[in-house]
Amino acid sequence: MKYQSQKVAYAYFLVAMALFGIQVAGGLLAGWIYVSPNTLSEILPFNVIRMIHTNALIVWLLLGFFGAAYYLVPEESEREIFSVKLAYLQLAILVIGTLGAVISYLVGIHGGREFLEQPLWVKFGILVAAVIFLANVSLTFLAGRKTAITNILMTGLWLLCLLWVFAFINPDNLSLDKMYWWFVVHLWVEATWELVMAAILGFLMLKLTGVDREVIEKWLYVIVATALFSGILGTGHHFYWIGTPGYWQWIGSVFSTFEVVPFFAMMSFAFVMVWKGRRNHPNKAALLWSLGSSTVAFFGAGVWGFLHTLHGVNFYTHGTQITAAHGHLAFYGAYVALNLAMFTYAMPHLRGRDPYNQVLNMASFWLMTGGMAFMTFTLTFAGTIQTHMQRIVGDYYMDVQDQLGLFYLMRFGSGVAVVLGALLFIYSMLVVRREVVKPGPLAAPGE
Amino acid sequence: MSDLLTKSRARNVFYGGSIFFVAVFAALTVQSHRHITQKATAGMPLTDEVRLGKHVWERHSCINCHTLHGEGAYFAPELGNVMTRWGVADDPQGAYEILDGWMQAQPSGIEGRRQMPHFEITDEEMRALSEFLRWADQTDTQNWPPNDAG
Repeated sequence: MKYQSQKVAYAYFLVAMALFGIQVAGGLLAGWIYVSPNTLSEILPFNVIRMIHTNALIVWLLLGFFGAAYYLVPEESEREIFSVKLAYLQLAILVIGTLGAVISYLVGIHGGREFLEQPLWVKFGILVAAVIFLANVSLTFLAGRKTAITNILMTGLWLLCLLWVFAFINPDNLSLDKMYWWFVVHLWVEATWELVMAAILGFLMLKLTGVDREVIEKWLYVIVATALFSGILGTGHHFYWIGTPGYWQWIGSVFSTFEVVPFFAMMSFAFVMVWKGRRNHPNKAALLWSLGSSTVAFFGAGVWGFLHTLHGVNFYTHGTQITAAHGHLAFYGAYVALNLAMFTYAMPHLRGRDPYNQVLNMASFWLMTGGMAFMTFTLTFAGTIQTHMQRIVGDYYMDVQDQLGLFYLMRFGSGVAVVLGALLFIYSMLVVRREVVKPGPLAAPGE
Repeated sequence: MSDLLTKSRARNVFYGGSIFFVAVFAALTVQSHRHITQKATAGMPLTDEVRLGKHVWERHSCINCHTLHGEGAYFAPELGNVMTRWGVADDPQGAYEILDGWMQAQPSGIEGRRQMPHFEITDEEMRALSEFLRWADQTDTQNWPPNDAG
């Protein structure tokens, strides 16, 4: 850790990991309700559990991004953060808002737009926290050295905070409501968050591989250009069936097909940098998470996204478990794994010791990634059957669901693996004290 | 390639191209906004009752179990065409009665069956909710979903 103020990131990562635990616990419970539907049905209905599952995910990913920014902006700008106090104040507001949201969900007070269910005062709290954050990192950024990594990171963070304004705009007309809702949801995860992802990935590659900064930064601009060129008009793939004009079917199909490109580019970028790099960085777990993130993001966001993005296909698959399959793998690969890569890289520095407990951390990668992959497969099969029976044959929803029990049981099993992986990750980050596993003695020749 | 594509050129392409696509997207958004208000949802007036129905829909977070025009959770049936499915898309009184009857009977308590919670909804709100669902049903969704099953 070169700058004292980078320590702020530690608090952000701790809160993020706590929420990560809550998120996967909520997911496991929701998965169990698919298997055994009477569970808690009168005390804690499915809609509230799902709200906690999705909201906890979004908030912890954002906390991870904020923490990552506080960690990497000082190092890139070559100066301390403008105000450490403001950074902690921002975190305090977000923690209070998150706790407030969870408590009000549990007593049945919530909004009704998916993912944006937070009570109004929490939404304003998030806005205030975002303004504090932007001021704090921007003042640090402007006073110091500017690099492509921080340029892209700042662009992404500014735009995603500005788009939050659409969380307050809820037209009475349902179709307008849906159209502007996507300005937050799509333009976050399929545009602005990709900039943040690319910047963090670029930073990790720079540190872990030792490849020349000029090379990394040039390709970063190419990657984020493809992300926004495809992602902005790619919003059209959400405008097929909500009351928007028919031309979105062609715009959405064409541009969202190109949305595969930035994810393929990020995966290629990460592997090529590792091959080119001559640095043998001891933090192999961070490298595994970085490569894993870009690879799973390519499959989850790229391949599974393309699977149902063409309007002729989406006409049948829209609103089925196919969407759930894609959503789970895309979020895991692109944003969960990337955040965990950053935590894995930064924690040893933040705690002032060598990279430690690599093996447990790497085991958690395979456990979580294997679990998420299996979950994606089961949901894809369930969604394929659902699409055929419900959309083609015309069987009723619940009749079809009754046929999918085996898949939901397997999905729950994969969820158990993911939860165990998440707990193992948190344990390996916070509890284990042993350092790098030392290589065994070389066998003497001739023995 | 590396001579032609320098870092500053890549940066300029990124910023310039992004501004271009934002502009195109903004123009199409304006056009789509008009299309929605003047054509796609013009089949039925957006009355105060429909507005109230949307608030009822939101207050109880129906979207976290059901889908509406295919968006939402996938735990419970599609409701964008539920009034068509029930055969009451053009019958306000029938729509209210069938919805009220359904919701009063929840939760079913049947073992092994997904449970819909019981919602405390006044008579006025129930009528508004059924009008909101009728209003959503008449939206021009480019003929989605493929059939009445939703």
